[in-house]
Amino acid sequence: MAAAGWLTGARIRARRERIGLRQAEVARRAGISASYLNLIEHDRRRVGPDLLPRLAAALEIEAEALAGAQGRTDDLRAAAAAAGGAAAELARAEDFAGRFPGWADLVLAQAARIARLERLVEALNDRIGQDPHLSAALHEVLNAMTSVRAAAGILAETDDLDPDWRRRFHQNLHTDSERLAAGAEALVAYLDQAEGSEANAMAASPQEEVEDWLALRGWHLPDLEPGGGGPAALSAQIAGLASDAARSLARDWVAVLAADAAAMPEPALGQALADAGGDPLRIAARLGVAPLAAMRRTALRAGATEGLVLCDAAGAFLLRKPVAGFPLPRGGGGCALWPLYAALGQPGTAVEGIGELPGQVPRRFRLRAIAEIRHPGGFGGPVLRQAAMLIRADDLPAGVTPLRIGGACRICPRALCPARREPPILRDEGL
Amino acid sequence: MRAAAEPEQGRTGGQPVGRHVLLIEDEPNIAEAIRFILSRDGWRVTTHGGGSDALMAVRSAVPDVLILDVMLPGLSGFEILAALRADTRLASLPVMMLTAKGQGRDREAAERAGADRFVAKPFSNADLLASVRELAAGRPG
Repeated sequence: MAAAGWLTGARIRARRERIGLRQAEVARRAGISASYLNLIEHDRRRVGPDLLPRLAAALEIEAEALAGAQGRTDDLRAAAAAAGGAAAELARAEDFAGRFPGWADLVLAQAARIARLERLVEALNDRIGQDPHLSAALHEVLNAMTSVRAAAGILAETDDLDPDWRRRFHQNLHTDSERLAAGAEALVAYLDQAEGSEANAMAASPQEEVEDWLALRGWHLPDLEPGGGGPAALSAQIAGLASDAARSLARDWVAVLAADAAAMPEPALGQALADAGGDPLRIAARLGVAPLAAMRRTALRAGATEGLVLCDAAGAFLLRKPVAGFPLPRGGGGCALWPLYAALGQPGTAVEGIGELPGQVPRRFRLRAIAEIRHPGGFGGPVLRQAAMLIRADDLPAGVTPLRIGGACRICPRALCPARREPPILRDEGL
Repeated sequence: MRAAAEPEQGRTGGQPVGRHVLLIEDEPNIAEAIRFILSRDGWRVTTHGGGSDALMAVRSAVPDVLILDVMLPGLSGFEILAALRADTRLASLPVMMLTAKGQGRDREAAERAGADRFVAKPFSNADLLASVRELAAGRPG
């Protein structure tokens, strides 16, 4: 059954004692018996997804705080996996996260920094190996140097050098010295630029930089709403992003989001959402916009609690707006069972499901996905597909069999999942 | 046969005159320096800038030694060398490659492609001369 440690039951007890309530009172508030609560507090019973919010309310905290150890636990497992994992006591990860959240955060911060440094090194290596400008600059310097050395050698070491030849080689020496100076300057300038931008930024990938930027702003840009300063008001913030690529990506996103805001302004948006029960396709129909635009707008409007994942036809993530409790992997693709990918395979068809993530307290989410096809190049051009998936922790319909999904194969404990593409670093028996 | 070379001829090391070196190098100043150094040592030097007709130039020149720069625009020195070695008439032509200094990759590739000698740029004139002499001396007859 449950392993010893700082699990949900212990958290519940700790919280109950902190706010000075007796078991009977909390149980009454949550609609269960005191003896059942006692079993829960001793981790002899799991807290189901229906009971969790009631208990949280009874304890006057957010449901996520009760189940919150889970997010850190997943991340810790991912960090251990990234580092080769063998030394870490993976089965005790939840315990560790619960007892020492500060230390756990340190581990996670270090893992994130390592990942960034690795990306930076890879980017720099790529650059050195494949950057045509760097390559050309180096060749230029090398050739100029070769000519200078050869000419100087001739001038210095040739007895009875004919004056015409002497003149000729002096001229070559002069010309190539100038080339050498120019080439060296170009190299120094190039390296200066490399140092200034990437190194200081500790390159997150450009996409992550933009996501971090959006996350800092609460995934909503009020400047883009009617009456706001528009995209121009954001140019200073965008300029503050570390890499050229991130700045360019941010500008593209700002343009898209501005168009979304213009097409679906408040208060019409709020009204449409209320009438449509949060269904983005109904909003799209009502406001006359494309389904993907409605999905974006739903997740990126003021006060949105929905998460959003966008991917292209290759399955690569274009945007990840997380929601608490639903891990969105950085790279390497998500769980193949997500409705996102089913939608990608049937563009134009709405795909919905209740996804259940594994954990001490299984977490359920309402997942809605749809994919669009575009032909920006006309009949002769490429066919572009993009899929979006909205993630909601609430508004779960009753009586629907959930999909047993995960976040990413490596850290997902569902050992027997048929869609698994790589072994987990920790097995959870019975899943 | 004495070569009709521009620079003064010095008879150094007892090398026979008239040995023909073909240099494939697109940098004119480098080519000029190499031609000067070798001619003074009694070699007849012709140059070619590389490119898609380099192979044809080698076939028609039939040099005694080929000096081939790795860093050529267009067709790379390696590609030219590979094509040479594939041609039975040229398979035994002594080839010296001019590689970029510090590029270990270049040396390995040159070895694999069938070069007989490598000289890294920037080279010392004495090294270049010595390598050409060794290369020619190694050739039978």
